[in-house]
Parts: sequence; structure tokens; C-alpha cells
Amino acid sequence: MSSATPSVDLAIETRGLTKRFGHQTAVDGIDLAVPRGAVFGFLGPNGSGKTTSIRMLLGLASASSGDIAVLGQEMPGRLRDVLPRVGALVEGPAFYPFLSGAANLRRLDAADPGASSATRTERVRLALERVGLGHAAGKKVRAYSLGMKQRLGIANALLVPRDLLVLDEPTNGLDPQGTREVRSLVRSLAAEGTTVFVSSHLLAEVEQMCTHAAVMSAGSLVAQGTLDELRRVGEAHVRVRTPDIADARRILAGLGLVAERFEAPGDPHADGVLSAPLPAEAAAPETIVAALVADGVRVRGFSVVGASLEERFVALTGEGFDIAQ
Amino acid sequence: MPSDIQPSDIQPSDIQPSDIQPSDTRSSDTRSGNTPGAGPIESVGRASGWALMVSELTVLFRRRRTWAMLLALAAVPVLIAVAVRLTSSPVAPGRGPPFLDRVTQNGLFVAITAMVVCIPLFLPLTIGVVAGDTIAGEAGLGTLRYLLVAPAGRVRLLVVKYAGAAVFCLAATLTIVVSGAAIGAALFPVGPVTLLSGDTIGVGESVLRSLLIAGYVTVSMLGLSAIGLFISTLTDVPVGAMAATIVVSVVSQVLDALPQLDWLHPWLFSHYWLDFADLLRQPIEWSSFGTNALLQGGYLLVFGALAYGRFVTKDILS
Repeated sequence: MSSATPSVDLAIETRGLTKRFGHQTAVDGIDLAVPRGAVFGFLGPNGSGKTTSIRMLLGLASASSGDIAVLGQEMPGRLRDVLPRVGALVEGPAFYPFLSGAANLRRLDAADPGASSATRTERVRLALERVGLGHAAGKKVRAYSLGMKQRLGIANALLVPRDLLVLDEPTNGLDPQGTREVRSLVRSLAAEGTTVFVSSHLLAEVEQMCTHAAVMSAGSLVAQGTLDELRRVGEAHVRVRTPDIADARRILAGLGLVAERFEAPGDPHADGVLSAPLPAEAAAPETIVAALVADGVRVRGFSVVGASLEERFVALTGEGFDIAQ
Repeated sequence: MPSDIQPSDIQPSDIQPSDIQPSDTRSSDTRSGNTPGAGPIESVGRASGWALMVSELTVLFRRRRTWAMLLALAAVPVLIAVAVRLTSSPVAPGRGPPFLDRVTQNGLFVAITAMVVCIPLFLPLTIGVVAGDTIAGEAGLGTLRYLLVAPAGRVRLLVVKYAGAAVFCLAATLTIVVSGAAIGAALFPVGPVTLLSGDTIGVGESVLRSLLIAGYVTVSMLGLSAIGLFISTLTDVPVGAMAATIVVSVVSQVLDALPQLDWLHPWLFSHYWLDFADLLRQPIEWSSFGTNALLQGGYLLVFGALAYGRFVTKDILS
């Protein structure tokens, strides 16, 4: 019943999207739902099928089975109408090394039959400036560093106003400064109403940039939702810094909190740290502090640590997931 | 969205109540530019479809490789002319490439001699490089995925790529003719040309005939270009596609040289490559031009269709 019309509220929607190469299944029946206006993180270890999925979304590769709708229109059937509204960076930047950065962008812009040639030079200049390449516009791409090529690739995605940006590993090869710039660029684009679909194997990046996320593992979609929804599955922890470890444990236990880890120092006057999971139905943090203080526990530090996405993702994708980078 | 509507709706009507009607339609127009149905692109206006063709030629002729190949082709008539000029003994008729013996009498024959020398290997080599590079080169660089996402359109890209290769064929043959005419005029006397039929034509007419020969050879190379385009859709390694295209041209000529395969000869794309001598008769004998054009058109149709069939369904994984 639901397969008839793609939802207009979703920038990207797939149903049972599958890609097989021979006997190998690279993407196994994924159901993506990317809301309009979201900054959507597409997470997964290398080789989990992220890029293959993106290639199918953009009509570069055909799906073995399943349906795709991008910006409310069926793909690849409506490719000509959809793709001019989509800016993309797919599996790293690629350019003609013997052309300058600006000439490369003019070339790719000319490939879009809807892009006006009258405004081309100006749009190329603006896109280059937006990614901080204004000074290198006339330089041959052969002489660009990896980070500069990456920026040029992002500039290419910004040549015309887009409704959807698909960025595959956009911070690959960028220095911390460039990474920060990309992050703020993505935020400003999202603020303008552009939906941004970012694939990454870097958890921290997604956590800082995105409103929604999906996690791929071995070709399957193992989780999807807002970051809060994904975090909610994991538990928050309370951390108490105090020299009175034994008393604190007893009081926490009285409130239904089981301390998992604690560091009890040998010196009775030095601080120890106590950590306990904080289930949603447990007492409010201020109640816990009040109880501790009322019993004479010398509370020298108290914090509630939110559920870490990292734990969640390791649980979903296994330890092989290179989140440490 | 609501924040978009408010200022444009309120401000004009606040200032000029009489303008409410037009300002309302205007604001609804700008709003429709943001709605999912009508993309912001439409408001810019559809640009001409020629932009990609112009861009293709720009990229082709900005490559140093293209100029190196054209320069090498231009060097062939220069080498011939200089060698003939420096040799004191006259060239005996029937020795060396056809028309070589006429070069000393009339410089205009340098171009034709050079063409005969280039056709078997040198010219197909440069064509093979350009035609083999068409799709595979873009795939190798990775730019193919960006062109298609732009979206260039697969059929449009294929047509533009082939047209670019055809323009290179013309540029290559014109290079030989122009370079040959220039060096011939510089080193040898130029005058009325005696044709194969015995008639004599003036210098102006002979220049026209040289251009006709360039046209004939360009058409001759269109079949090979189509084969190169097809091979180029099969691989992401441009060098492989170039080499395969050149090998195909050599194989065709080898088959053409075997009398046992007489029946096959009229179907080989290289069979009429050297038959432009009919353009040096008075009146011009057009039948060989027509037969050649028909054959090349056939190759273009078959291999164009194969390239289309392959490229339109291909997964771009490069």
C-alpha cells in the first residue's frame, strides 16, 4: 500500500534497496528515510555499502531490486528533473589535472543542461570563494593538495542552489581547520533549508554535524533516526567525585542506582570517582545530589554523562568499526 | 517557510496598498521557486545544449597530448619535403610512397604524399588515442561520475564525446594538409597541377581538392572512431581502450591485405582508406567517396548502437 507514492516530506526514501555484484550482496534491502531539511549522517565502516547506496541514489548504478525516491520523485526514472537540484560529492573529488580549478567547475557546470551559461563564470567564482579557494581558482588542479581538491569537490556541489546535497566523506583529507570549515558550511547550508546527506565513517563528525543518522553494517541498515532517538537506546551515567566512596555507593544503591565503576584511593582524604548508569525512570539528578549531601557525603563533583553514540555504534557494527580516528 | 512569506507579503502592501495585487503574485512566484515541484533552476532559464559540446572541445584542445599529436602529424609532411629537397637525385616514379615523384615539380603534392604516409598507422594511432579516451578517460579520472550527476545525460554525453572525436579527425587531417601545403610552397615551386586524368587545374582549384581529400580521410576515420567509442565504454582504463582501438585498425588492414579474404574486403572499415585518388580526376569521381561514406556510416550505426547499449545500462563504479 505504501509503495505507490513517495512521500513529499522525505528528501530521500528507499524501499528494499538492494545491490548485488554476482553472488555478493553489497547493499541488502535498506529502507532509508531522510526527512527534508535534515542533516543526515550515513554512518558505517569502510565497505559497509555506503558509497554503493549513494551511487544508486544518484542513478550512477542501477539497483538490483527496490525503489528509490529522491526529492519526492522516482529515481532513476526522473533523473533529469531530480539531479539538477542535487549537489554531490561521490567517493572523493575527481578533476581534470590539466585544467585550472575554475575551468574544471565550468566544465562540470556546462554538463548540466539547466545551468545558465550567462551566469556560469560568476557562479563558479562564488562557489570557489565559499570554500576558500578564491586565490587558487587559476591554478592547475594538478598542483592542488588533497584538501584543496576536496574543497573544489564541495564547490562543485554548490554551483547552483540545491535542494539536496549528498556528500560522501566530505572531510576526507582535510586538516582540522578545513574540517571545521566544512562543518560550519554544512550548518549554514542546512540553515538555508538544504537537506544534507553526509556519509562518514567518523562518528565524532556525524555527532557534531547531524540531526539524524543511519548506521550501515555489512550492507544492512542497522539503525536509523534522530541522534536523540539513537542515543536514547543507550543509558546515561552519573559520575560522583567524592572521598567518601563507600557511603556514596550505599546511598546510590538506596536510590536504585548500581555503581559499576569506582576508583577508591588509598588516602581517605583524596577524591575517588564513582560511576553508575542512570536509567530513565530513576531519580532526578538533583534528588541524588540532595540525598548524598544530606547524608554527609562530601560531594566534590557531580555530573550526568549522556549516552555515548560511540557505545551504541560499536554495539551495532562490532569492534571493527574504525571510530577511533 | 513562514519566515520567507511574511516580509515579502507585508512590506509592499504596507508601503503601497495599491500594489497589493501585483506584489502578491510576485511573492507567490518567488515562493513557488522554493517549493519542491519547481526547482530554482527553471527560473534561470534553460541554457543551450551546446555548452557541453563547447566544453568538450575546450578540454580536448587544451590538453598538451592533443597538441603533441597534431604537431607530430604536422611534422610528417615537413620531414618528407625536407628529405626530398635535400636529396640531389630525382625520385624515380614508382619508388617510395605514391605521388612522391611529383613533389619536386609541384609543392602541392607534399600534402597528398604525407596523407598517404600517415593513413596506415600514424593517423589511426592518434584517432585511437582520442576515441579510446572518450569514455574510459573520464572514467579513469573519475570525472565521469560527476558529469553524469550534473546531469549530462548518458546519451547526450555519448553523442558529444563522439562528435569531439570526429572534430579531432577533421583537425588531424587538416593539420596534415595545411602543414604539407605550407612546407611544399616554401621548398618547391607551386603551379597548376596535372591530375591523374591528365587534365590541369589551377592552384586555387588544387587547394580545394586538397581540402576534399582531408574531408575524405576524415570520413574514413569515422568508423574507427565509433569502434573506439564502443571499446571505451567497456573499460575504465583509457590506455587499454586506446591500444585496443589501434590494434583493431591494424588487424583490419592486415585482413585487407590477404587475398584469401577477398569476400571480406569490401566490409572492412579500412578498405577504402587510400582510395581518395578518385578525387584527383576531372571530373571528380564521387562513387568511391559515396561507397566509403556509406560503409563508415554503417560502422557508425552498428558501433554507435553497441556503445549506446553498453553505456546506458552501465554501472558507473569508477
